[in-house]
Amino acid sequence: MTAPARRAPPWSAPRRGRWLAALCLLPFALVFFAFQIAPLLWVAVNSLQTADGWSLANFTRILESRFYRQAISHSLQVSFWSSLFGLLIALLGSYSLHRVDSRLRDFVNAFATMTSNFAGVPLAFAFIILLGFNGALTLLLRQIGWIEDFNLYSKTGLIVIYTYFQIPLGVLLLYPAFDALREDWRESAALLGASTWRYWCHIGLPVLTPALVGTFVILLANALGAYATVYALTTGNFNIVPIRIAALVAGDINLDPWLASALAMLLVGLMALITLVHQWLLRRSYHAAR
Amino acid sequence: MRRAEQGPVLLYHRLVVWLLFLILLLPLAGTLLYSLATSWSATVLPSGLTLKWYLALWSDARFLSAFGHSLLVCFGALLLSVLLILPLLFVVHYHFPRLDGLMNVLILLPFAIPPVVSSVGLLQVYGSGPLPLIGTPWILIGCYFTVALPFMYRAISNNLLALNLRDLMDAARVHGASTWQAAFWVVLPNLRKGVMVALFLSFSFLLGEFVFANLLVGTRYETLQVYLNNMRNSSGHFNSALVISYFFFVLLFTWAANRLNKDLP
Repeated sequence: MTAPARRAPPWSAPRRGRWLAALCLLPFALVFFAFQIAPLLWVAVNSLQTADGWSLANFTRILESRFYRQAISHSLQVSFWSSLFGLLIALLGSYSLHRVDSRLRDFVNAFATMTSNFAGVPLAFAFIILLGFNGALTLLLRQIGWIEDFNLYSKTGLIVIYTYFQIPLGVLLLYPAFDALREDWRESAALLGASTWRYWCHIGLPVLTPALVGTFVILLANALGAYATVYALTTGNFNIVPIRIAALVAGDINLDPWLASALAMLLVGLMALITLVHQWLLRRSYHAAR
Repeated sequence: MRRAEQGPVLLYHRLVVWLLFLILLLPLAGTLLYSLATSWSATVLPSGLTLKWYLALWSDARFLSAFGHSLLVCFGALLLSVLLILPLLFVVHYHFPRLDGLMNVLILLPFAIPPVVSSVGLLQVYGSGPLPLIGTPWILIGCYFTVALPFMYRAISNNLLALNLRDLMDAARVHGASTWQAAFWVVLPNLRKGVMVALFLSFSFLLGEFVFANLLVGTRYETLQVYLNNMRNSSGHFNSALVISYFFFVLLFTWAANRLNKDLP
């Protein structure tokens, strides 16, 4: 820290006022600790506890079990594909949103904000009605002959429903990023003879890349932690990490909060890893170098 | 980037935007139609329309009590947020501006830690012992406070920054107001709209919270989402009426927030 930053600013309130002010922070700190920090600490500490004391046994048990490895693999696959599809649709959508008249733009933007709240149990129900075994859309698509059969309660089905709730979030996050693309760049590129394709490859996408990667990371984290949708859709029968964690602390049989803690820490660790990779990518990107 | 196109390019962009809108609308429209249908199975369109599912829903005592529980928990959590976050933000911005950096890291936690992870710890810490909160609405009020925190903090913080707090406070002090008086009678009224917008939006996503409600409390204090999940085996039409009724409130509050936001100076 540099010296000028340390000096009390000229508007500094009197000392007694500062103490009173610090006291105002106390209630917030207490509640935040009680409901955010304390549970997390409990999980972190107890993931390393077994009957015999401190050990990594909970983690090795998870990694040696085929059942838990399958849950992790399912989580990763569903999260990855739904984030990728959600990102692509949001990318196409938010670019076009920027290029239509403002009435349509404002309307669809507002609608996307609203549907970002349409997730979890209600979304699962809506999808069962539309795409379940006897869903209207399933029947329609079967009549046209586009699909043989569609199982909403499978991995593919989960990817579809996860993609749906990723789209509004993707649009909300990506839409502002397009402001960075300046109209004259596109005109200059066209004047110099670049095709639309070359413009996007060499100017458009590179400028957008940090926003795309950042959005992808947030979507990934969003999907990895999602529980309500898959729980309501499959009554907890699809093997995915959040379902396994919940089953270990709130199920009817096999309660094991220590194993649940280890699994929870694995999930948090996975997200932390993704964030670190993101930070590393950002640091070596073209924008940071400037 | 803000130039509307012409010709076939405009047509393409319009098409994409309408397609996006249709994709987002489809599950909602399907549910709406289902909630109004007399019966709808094994055909592409329903056989007749009726309002009986809504009548059945809104005269169901269990639904009304679950809705009341949800409202109480959400209002409780939002009240707690305002009571804790407003003084916090004022003190951070006025007395300890350097704390803002730390706060920006702390408020990432509720966002980064999935509720299912927090629930593991919460169930153990408050399951028994000095604070047996599991199964009571109090634990939900505490948890929903953390859920709303990142959003409320950022929204109100941006508002405070736009206000030019320092000048406002100095002006009030010059006119003889104490710090408390200035904060309460000058700064607070200026924040009113911004706080209302944040509250409306937080309310609309808290109403949809399911993980904490189901894992920590369940049927002991049934909220809207838990009720919805527990009704899974009843008629699909009834459930659709429930989903649409729920989403109507979400729509109402987001719309109100949008309107207020437009009026903001």
